[in-house]
Amino acid sequence: MNECTMDNKSPEASSFYDEKGKYSGVLAWLMSTDHKRIGLMYLGALLSFFSVGVTLGVLIRLSLIAPGVILNAQQYNEVFTVHGIIQIFLFIIPGIPVSFGNFFLPIMIGARDVAFPRLNRLTLWLYLAGAAIVMLSLFIKGAPPDTGWTFYAPYSIQTKANVSLAVLGVFVLGFSSIFTGLNFVTTIHRMRAPGMKWFRLPLFVWTLYATGWVQILATPVLAITLVFIVLGRVFGVGFFDPSKGGDPILYEHLFWAYSHPAVYIMVLPAMGIISEIMPTFSRRNIFGYKAIVFSALAIASVGYFVWGHHMFTSGMSDTARIVFSFITFLVAVPSGVKVFNWVATLYKGSIEVDSPLLFALSFIFLFSIGGLTGLIVGSLAPNLHVHGTYFIVAHFHYVMFGGVGFSFLAGLHYWFPKMFGRMFSEKVAKIGWFFFFIGFNVLYFSMFILGYQGMPRRYFEPPPQYHGWSVVSTVGSWLLAVGLIIIFSNLIRALFKGPKASSNPWGGGTLEWSIPSPPPAENFIEIPVVESGPYGHGKRE
Amino acid sequence: MEKESNAGAAVTAEAQSGIDYTGKKIGMWLFLFTELLFFGGMFLLYSVFRSQYPAEFHSAAQEENLLLGSVNTTILLTSSFTIAVAIAAIRKGNKILSLYLQTATIMFGICFLIIKYFEWSAKISKGIYPDSPALLSRGKGDILFFSLYYVMTGIHGIHVLIGVIAIAIMFVYTRRGVIDRDNFAKLENTGLYWHFVDIVWIYLFPLFYLIT
Amino acid sequence: MDRDTSREPTAGYVHYALIWAALVALLVMTIAVARLSLLANYSVLASLFIATVKAGLVLIYFMHLKHEGWVVKGMLLLAVAALFFIIALTFVDVWYR
Repeated sequence: MNECTMDNKSPEASSFYDEKGKYSGVLAWLMSTDHKRIGLMYLGALLSFFSVGVTLGVLIRLSLIAPGVILNAQQYNEVFTVHGIIQIFLFIIPGIPVSFGNFFLPIMIGARDVAFPRLNRLTLWLYLAGAAIVMLSLFIKGAPPDTGWTFYAPYSIQTKANVSLAVLGVFVLGFSSIFTGLNFVTTIHRMRAPGMKWFRLPLFVWTLYATGWVQILATPVLAITLVFIVLGRVFGVGFFDPSKGGDPILYEHLFWAYSHPAVYIMVLPAMGIISEIMPTFSRRNIFGYKAIVFSALAIASVGYFVWGHHMFTSGMSDTARIVFSFITFLVAVPSGVKVFNWVATLYKGSIEVDSPLLFALSFIFLFSIGGLTGLIVGSLAPNLHVHGTYFIVAHFHYVMFGGVGFSFLAGLHYWFPKMFGRMFSEKVAKIGWFFFFIGFNVLYFSMFILGYQGMPRRYFEPPPQYHGWSVVSTVGSWLLAVGLIIIFSNLIRALFKGPKASSNPWGGGTLEWSIPSPPPAENFIEIPVVESGPYGHGKRE
Repeated sequence: MEKESNAGAAVTAEAQSGIDYTGKKIGMWLFLFTELLFFGGMFLLYSVFRSQYPAEFHSAAQEENLLLGSVNTTILLTSSFTIAVAIAAIRKGNKILSLYLQTATIMFGICFLIIKYFEWSAKISKGIYPDSPALLSRGKGDILFFSLYYVMTGIHGIHVLIGVIAIAIMFVYTRRGVIDRDNFAKLENTGLYWHFVDIVWIYLFPLFYLIT
Repeated sequence: MDRDTSREPTAGYVHYALIWAALVALLVMTIAVARLSLLANYSVLASLFIATVKAGLVLIYFMHLKHEGWVVKGMLLLAVAALFFIIALTFVDVWYR
């Protein structure tokens, strides 16, 4: 492997934290167009909202084993709605692209920043504004939304809750997502360093590219759907109201035409992180680089056309159900290719099971469970039995939380030394992982059992025969919470007291490991001229 | 191999030199795609409902004012012409001509909105507006047609207004010399937006005025 | 690949005027087809076809698609295909209920 020709490690270089601009204090951050600062601000906001979402989740689990004790039925509906809105729109959809994507995309392609830095800053402001509007809908006069995060018509049109405001917040958040995708796609097309050809791009960059396209082409469909909800509530426009000629199933088509591709916005960058971690900790090249690239593109494109599998029991035509189920099976193939290639990367590798790899291996295991159960629920006949049950809840938590969530933590541990210049305690990280992993599986595997037994979702008071496994599940939520507390305490402590990190503590081969930890403001002293493949830029120190 | 890496180098040279004209243009096109999908959701509803109520959509379209609709179409087509030539003018260094043409485009946009206002007022005075008793007493096909009419021309009208404001801002930039024969990406991108708004109307016109 | 079209000369004023004339002519044609019920049941299809020709002229000449490389053209194709398939798949439901 050729080394990259530039040595970007000058010991005197100050980091981007020391950079002095026009503003000071908080404004020096909020007004910054530096992709690294923007990425970190996003990271802080994301993790804050994630914590709120987890707390609501723990509350849901408590309520389910003792209905009526802490929440009444109306409040329960509001809590699971807000849990979904926060975790999905405020955490997991922006998630990896706005945090690690913002921080590392320019560096990985050898650029100084994204194509449109001021637009990037605008996306952060839009995110904060959208979040504020959503929060407003929870606390002002009226009630928090109680429709589920899916805002199905006709209830979303009729309910007295603050749906219009919540939906406006999501609309604003959508623009943050759209502009992020637009920025990343343009950046990857235009800002690659000399010699950084398309097939020399790190796999994380490829997934950000594919994700950017989904953000551009899918999010506007949600935007117009949210407009239709507001038009229905405020002006009585009845596109989804049969008495006015409308059709509620059309709402579902429009909603899921975005919300299914949205899960690929969530999972593709997560897979990109795994593709970065596997070669580093196996100390060898990724197996099947091009196959992984094409799988990412295939998932993004085919995944665009499977949305009907959320609607098998809605009253959709049989033909449509068969077509959507078929395409759903197709989209599983590229995901399988990726899993195979990641595992094959381990083969004959020199494996070091540091915490990033531990989280990454967990991803592969948990995402596989989620994905395989996806095939079960994607088949028409079983779907009729498990739709609307806890089987679905378990399935999507395995892929989104077990998948994207674990990948987020993997990336956080992997890139922590680079972003903050400090190292965390490996031992504590692993202890935290242990509780988190065990807790996760107790919490959610129980739900597969409950769902299979027929326990409905979104019910305030489940029938008593489900009580046993519900208690098990709730205990799992406590273990999971303990794990998260340990993990984040470890990282927060490391921020202030951790030992200084070198530029390449893990032995990563992508360009970010060839610059100091934390990076200087302009990323590279000189823009590198790339002559090697994606993983030829570094060795462990 | 050599040619490929040279092409790559050419791309990044333009991009790294400070003003990435091509990058800005690509960014604008990507934004237009989001607008395409945004309006697309409305066209989806239109096509589904029309397929369910073809006869009602036919007869409802006859209540539209074909003259005003045709005038508005002509106005927008001409405004696309004026903004396109405004860009060509500034690229040839002809600042005054460009300013006149940008102004003309703004005027056309405002005329379009005024005519729209008259069309809407005429309907509203007849009691036809979303959720009105008069509309609700008509058949479902009619209710859908006129709801779609208001929503689609309304959202389109908002985009015309945004375009007018954007061109007005470009006018100021052109006058100040921020936009000139070497730096015209802003104006060209605004022109792209305006053309997109024109194209949406090119489709709205037959769908609401001509399906008779 | 992406070309820097800012370095290429712009089209002339007359050129744009000709396209405008074609657009107006097509507008007259589309009204005639609809009003005169020339093609009866196919008039909607004809109107949409003519609209597409007009949109194409605006895209190719006013929006300079003619001068763009395959990157921009490919992206446009992707976006239009996405919209087409969303509508098509929805109709697989609506038509076969």
